[in-house]
Amino acid sequence: MMRHGRGFKSVAGRVATYVVLVVLGLASILPFIWLVRSSLCSDKEIMLPVTKLSGIVPSEMHPENYVRVFQSVPFWRYLFNTSFIIVFVVTGTVLSSSLCAYAFAFCRVPYRNLVFYGVLATLMLPGVVMIIPTFILFRTIGWIDTFKPLILPAFFGQAFFIFLFRQFFLSLPRELVEAARIDGASALQIYWRIIMPLTRPAIVTVALFAFTMTWNDFMGPLIYLNSQENWTLQLGLQSFQGQISNEWSLLMAATVITVLPLILLFLFLQRYFIRGIALTGLKG
Amino acid sequence: MALQERRDFWLFLSPWIIGFILFSFGPILASFAMSFTDYSIFKSPRWIGLGNYREMLVDDPLILKALWNTFFYTFLAVPLHTAASLAVALLLNKKVKGIPIWRTFFYLPCVVSGIAMGVLWRWIFNPEIGLANTILGPFLDILRLPHPQWLLDPVLAKPAYVLMNLWSLGGGMIIFLAGLQGVPEHLYEAADIDGAGRWAQFRHVTFPMITPVVFFQLTMGLIGSFQIFAQAYVMSGRGIDNSTLFYVYYLFEQAFRYFRMGYASAMAWVLFAGILAVTVLKFKLAKRWVYYEGAE
Repeated sequence: MMRHGRGFKSVAGRVATYVVLVVLGLASILPFIWLVRSSLCSDKEIMLPVTKLSGIVPSEMHPENYVRVFQSVPFWRYLFNTSFIIVFVVTGTVLSSSLCAYAFAFCRVPYRNLVFYGVLATLMLPGVVMIIPTFILFRTIGWIDTFKPLILPAFFGQAFFIFLFRQFFLSLPRELVEAARIDGASALQIYWRIIMPLTRPAIVTVALFAFTMTWNDFMGPLIYLNSQENWTLQLGLQSFQGQISNEWSLLMAATVITVLPLILLFLFLQRYFIRGIALTGLKG
Repeated sequence: MALQERRDFWLFLSPWIIGFILFSFGPILASFAMSFTDYSIFKSPRWIGLGNYREMLVDDPLILKALWNTFFYTFLAVPLHTAASLAVALLLNKKVKGIPIWRTFFYLPCVVSGIAMGVLWRWIFNPEIGLANTILGPFLDILRLPHPQWLLDPVLAKPAYVLMNLWSLGGGMIIFLAGLQGVPEHLYEAADIDGAGRWAQFRHVTFPMITPVVFFQLTMGLIGSFQIFAQAYVMSGRGIDNSTLFYVYYLFEQAFRYFRMGYASAMAWVLFAGILAVTVLKFKLAKRWVYYEGAE
C-alpha cells in the first residue's frame, strides 16, 4: 500500500497510533476490570476502598459467586424469554425500519421532508410522560403480562433506525435505482435485490443495536411483565438488589454474565466492518 | 412515474403509519391533554387551561436552571462525542494489528445499560474511594493540587457527565465504521494518484462522503442529550446547588415524586417544541454541508 510507505514519518505515525490506542483502550476497559474484580470479591471486601492499583486483585477469590447466581434464579427460563423476544424484535426492526427508510430515500414526493420530521418528532417527547398512557392502552387491549407490548411495536418501524437506514441509502449512487427502474423492476424488487445487499454494514449495525437495546431493556419488562415465569434476564438479575440485600458481589457476577454474550456477539459481528466489502463490484 | 412513486412512498411507509396510529397516537394525545390539567394520578384530572405553562414561565425558577444545565451539557457533550467517535473509527479503519480486539475494547462500554453505567460512574467519581482519584491522586499530590470532588463540585459536576458520555463513544464508532465502509476505494486511489496527503484525503474524500453519518450522529446525539435522565437519576440527582438538575430529571421528579402529571406533561411538550425547532433548523442548515451521493 502506497499510503503507508512514507519512511520515518510513517513509523512515528504508527507508534503514535498504538500509544493512543493503548491509553484509550485501557480507559475503556478499566471499569470492566473493576466489574470482574468485584464479581470475584467477598461481600466484605467489595465495600473496602482500594488505595493501590495492585488492590485490583481480590485478596480471596470467590468464583462460587457465579454458581450461586445460577442457583438462586431460574436463569435458563429468563434466558429463553429474553432470546424469544430478541429474535422477533431484531427481525422486525431490520425489515420494517429499512422499508420505511426506502420511502424517504428513493420516492420523490413533495411532502417527504415534512413527513420525515413527523417520524423524528416521535423521539422528541420525553418517554416519562408516555409511560402511564401507554400502560393504560396495553391494559385495555389485554396485553399485560404477555410479550406482545415488547415485540409487536418493533414490526412498525422505529424512528432512530429509519433515520439511520435513510442516511446509508442516500449514500448509494442514485443511478442504481434509476437503471433498475428503467429495466422495469418494481420498488419492492429494487429494495430487496439491490439496496439491502449493498447496505450490509448498516444492517449489521441496526441488528446489533436492536439486540443490545432489547437485551438490556429493563423498564419495558418491568412495566409489562408480572408473573415471574415471563421475566427476562435483566428483570430477573436486577432482582438481586431487592431480594438478597447487600449481596453486591452476586449482582456484579450477574452483570458480568449478562454482558458477556453481548461482547461475544460484537466480536463475531465486527468483521462486517471491513473496508471494501460494502461496494464490491460497484466501481466506476 | 410520479404517481407510482407516490404510491410506493405510502406503501413503504405504511408500517410506521399503522404503528403510529396503533401504539403512539393515543398516548401522545393523552399526554398533550394532560398538560392542560391538574392531575395527580390518584385523583381524576381537573382542567386548568394554560395554568401549567404559565407556572413554568412565571413561578418556577428551577425550569430555567434545568434548561441551562441541559443546554450546557448538550452543547459540550454532543460535538465532543461525535468528533471523538469519528477519530476512533478512523484509527480502527486502518490496518493496525489486532483490530477485532481494539474495536471490542471501545465498544465494551456500550453494552452496559444506562442505569448500570450510572452506578459504575458514581463509584468512579467518588472522591475518596473512586477510580478517578485513585489514578489521578499520586500525580496531583506531586503537583500539590487538591483532589477534585467531581459530582460534589458544582463547577466540575456537568463536565464529569460529559466525560462519562465520552466513555461510551463505541456506539458512534460503530455507526461511523459502517459509514466508512461505503466510501468507494477508487476515490482513495484517485487521491493517491493526485498525491494527496493523509489530511487532504480526509478533508476531500473521507469527510464529504460520510457527512450523512456525521449529520445523523449530531442530530440523534442532540435529541438524546436533551433528554438525559437515567444516569442523572442514579449518579447525582439534583446535585449540589442544583448543578446537575437536568430537564427530564426535573420532569421525572414532578411526575413521580410530587405526582404532578399535568405539570410534567406541560414540561415535556415545551421540551418537545424546543428539540423540534432545533432539529428542523439543523435539517435546513444541512443542505449547506451534508453531501448525499444519491440526492437528485
